Formats: sequence, structure tokens, C-alpha cells
Amino acid sequence: MIEGFTALYIFMLAAFTGYEVISRVPVILHTPLMSGSNFVHGIVLVGAMVALGHADTGLEQAIGFVGVVLAAGNAVGGYVVTERMLEMFKSSKEDRG
Amino acid sequence: MNTVIQLSYFAAAALFILGLKRMSSPRTARGGILWAGAGMLVATIVTFFWPGLENYLLMIVAIAIGGGLAWWSGKRVAMTDMPQMIAIYNGMGGGAAAAIAAVELAKGEFGSASFQGLAVLGALIGAVSFSGSLIAFAKLQGLMKRAVRFPSQQFINLGVFGAAVIFGLIVFAMQAPAGALVFVFFVLALTFGVLMTLPIGGADMPVVISLYNALTGLAVAFEGFVLGNAAMIIAGTVVGSAGTLLTQLMAKAMNRPISNVLFSSFGQSGAGEETAVEGSMKAIDATDVAVMMAYADNVIIVPGYGMAVAQAQHKIWELTELLEERGVKVKFAIHPVAGRMPGHMNVLLAEAGVPYDKIFDLDEINAEFPRADVALVIGANDVVNPVARTNPDSPIYGMPILNADQAKNVIVIKRGKGAGFSGIENALFFQDNTHMLYGDGQEAVGKLIQQVKQL
Repeated sequence: MIEGFTALYIFMLAAFTGYEVISRVPVILHTPLMSGSNFVHGIVLVGAMVALGHADTGLEQAIGFVGVVLAAGNAVGGYVVTERMLEMFKSSKEDRG
Repeated sequence: MNTVIQLSYFAAAALFILGLKRMSSPRTARGGILWAGAGMLVATIVTFFWPGLENYLLMIVAIAIGGGLAWWSGKRVAMTDMPQMIAIYNGMGGGAAAAIAAVELAKGEFGSASFQGLAVLGALIGAVSFSGSLIAFAKLQGLMKRAVRFPSQQFINLGVFGAAVIFGLIVFAMQAPAGALVFVFFVLALTFGVLMTLPIGGADMPVVISLYNALTGLAVAFEGFVLGNAAMIIAGTVVGSAGTLLTQLMAKAMNRPISNVLFSSFGQSGAGEETAVEGSMKAIDATDVAVMMAYADNVIIVPGYGMAVAQAQHKIWELTELLEERGVKVKFAIHPVAGRMPGHMNVLLAEAGVPYDKIFDLDEINAEFPRADVALVIGANDVVNPVARTNPDSPIYGMPILNADQAKNVIVIKRGKGAGFSGIENALFFQDNTHMLYGDGQEAVGKLIQQVKQL
């Protein structure tokens, strides 16, 4: 478990990191980048798996199951569409097939 | 095993940050998503070895269903429909965060009060993001009327939000929260997400999707604290703050504060007084436009969402290649909010094969319009309306626009004479140096291609 202030520090540093990483992004990449960051929060899949793995009653299992379905959709869908979009961005110097 | 899991999560978090960093430049972007994808794969696989887990069969079936459906839909979706697809995947993430919280609340075994509080907060944010994103999807997909408004909407929304917060506090305060109360809390949170998104119009949807993206990130981070999962905390927080920044950038590109997007409705102020525009619209035929463009030195093409609706982007690229063979310099000027989402036009042009180094942003290209012989406006309207610079009474006054009106000749390809999305008359169309080429975008450009070939 990550306790109290350690958690708070991680939170603060990660927040600054996110801000800095994105701060100079050109508009042309806004849509793929939004899609890419959308993919990154698909990490919720890991949490949903743990929640389902700990579920005991039928109700908990049902909610956990829905959670994993949704999370897997977020992760896989986010990846597929981001990859498809970025695949298309080519410079005029590159060979286009 | 625990060390291996923690190390893998550490690597995943690092890969996410590096991947996002690479995604912020067109040269390295493709590698970026691969890095982030590798991080996700590693984190998912090691989670199967998390100590004390059960229900593996359910887990695998759930991943197969969710992942399979998303894979199938993600591969098939047209580039024009990308914004609503991103909205729905994002909503799923928010829903998953809320589901984690629901399981934890049902178990009621929190290590400390602060974890229980974070679980409730994450549940609230995640549920709002989930139902709100679904409404955003329905609107962009055209399943729903653009903006639904009813009397005293703001007060009702505030009331529902207040009730959700109160039930959240009750659930937070109870040692083992009663199932019925948790249920009411989730219903209220989901309802608020729906109500909050209903009155927002289609043009503002990108800002809303981006905001929900940031909110989901935050919800994931909060549930990460509850589960003691560092990868979720870091990835969620990074997305939360990056998403907030993206939301601000998008709102700024539309020249509207975020609060204005969320709590007011566009077109209600000042749109009543229509200022008469002087001059008249002059039609031109494709032959003349072809000659004008083929013998020009510099041409700037200003595409808008109308171009994508007409599926004219491939034809536009064909025309561009023809002109370039004749030695004409062609550039594309894209307004930050053209399309259904900032950067959306870039994706659509990239799909047609236009290299990204021919595409220019507002700041980069505006100084070049006075030197351009022809500005070809196709499917764009409000983003080239000079009243945004000149008429303080106009609802779009102050919005940064592409100065297409400063080109020597302006050609506008347009289906009919109607006003744009916002219903504002476009002064550009009435200028002396502007000519209208009426017709469907794809057909009109097709004719231009034929004419240029014959020259």
C-alpha cells in the first residue's frame, strides 16, 4: 500500500509531468494525442482485474465483470484508433506506399 | 512475485510517460503509441499473477468481450466518426473506475477513511464521465438532438449534483455503506452526467470530450490510491493533468472560457441582431477557377468539416498534386477547431495522403494570406468569417480566424447560400475578391481536376 504523503507526492509530481509532456504539442496532433491519453487511462483495466479477482458475492462479481469489460474496451479501443490515426501521418519526404 | 509485479508497473508507468512524450511530435508519434501499448501489455499480463486473485475465467471472458468489441469497432470506424469513438472508449474507462469503486464499497474493507473518501470521489467522477460520454457519443453520432434545453435547467442540474454529493458524503461516512444508499448515489451521479451534457451543442462537444478524458484520468488515479496501485495513480494523474491542459487549449482555440462552454448556450447572445452585410455573392464556374489556380504562384486551401462530410479530401489531394506538377505552391491552412475536434482535420487530410509538412496552423499561415494568389475555402465557414475581427456585436467576435479574406482571390466551394453552423452570415462571401463555386464539395473539386488537366 502507498501511504498518505507518499501518495500525495506521487500525485503532485505526476500532475506536473503530464502538464509538461503535453505543453508544446502542435494542434495537428491534438486528436491523436487525446486519443492516446485516452488509451493510457485504460490502465484502469489492471485495477478492474484486481477488483474482479477479489470479488466474493455474485453482485460483486457482476459489477467487477462489467468493470473489466469496460476497461478492456477502453484500453483496446483507445490503442486501435490511436494507432490507426498516427499510422497515417507522413511527411512528404517519406515514401508513401 | 510481488517485486516482479511492482517492477513491471514501474516500467509501464515510465513507458506511458515516454510514449506520450513521443506522441507530441509528428515524427516520433507512431513510436509513442507502440511504447505505451507495450507498457499496457506488460502491466496487464503481470496482473494475472497478483497474489490472492480468483475468478480468472470471468476475467478472461470479460477481457475477450470488451477487448474484442473495441478492436472490431476501432478497426472499422471511419475517420470522420473518430471523435464519438474516442468519447465512447473514454466513457468506458470512467465506467470501469466507477465499477472498481462499487466493488470496493460493496466489500466495505477500506484501510482508512481517506481511501474510502477517494473511492467515493473516484466513483462520482467516473460515473459522470461514463454517462456524459455516452450522451456526447449519441449527439455526435446523430442519435440525438444537438442541444436539449428546458426551463430552469441549471437549477435542476445543480440540485441533482448537490444530491449526488450528499449521498456520496453519507456513503463515505458509513463504516459499511448500505447497498441501497450506494445504489442511489450511483444513480444520481450517472443522472448528473447525462443532465450536464444534454444542453451542450455539437460545436462545443470536443471541449466536453476532452474534459471527460481528463476526468476519467483523475477517477482512475483515485481508484489507484484505493487499490494501492502505483501504475494507475501515475497514468491516471498524468492523463488528468494532460487532459486538463488539452481542454484549456481547445477552449482557447474557440475563444471561450470552459465555464462558458459548460454553463451557457452558444448563439443566445447577440445573434438576434443580424447586421446586414453589404455587397452580393458572385458565382463563378469551375473553368475559371481552374485557370486561376493553375496559373497561380501560391495557393492556400482552407478545408473545413464540410469537406469531410462531402468526402472530398481525396479529390482535394489529387488536385493539389496536379497543381504542384505545374509548379504551384500549395499549402493547407487549418483552423484549430475545424472539424468536430481540434486536430480532426489533420487526421482526415492525413488519411487522404496529405503530408503533414504541407499543413499549417493558424499562427503559421495567417501572415501568408496576403501573398497568396488564391485561397480556396472548402466546407469552412465561421473560421474564415472576418466579422470575428471587425464586428464587436457578432457572437463570434474575438475568435481567432484564418485571414482568408486577405488573399488576392478567394474561392468558396459551397453547397448553397445558407449561413454556417452558428447561423451567422459570413461577410467573406460578399467581398469583392470572393467568388462562389456552388455545388457538392466532391463534385466541384472533381470538375476542377478535369479542367486543370485540360489546360
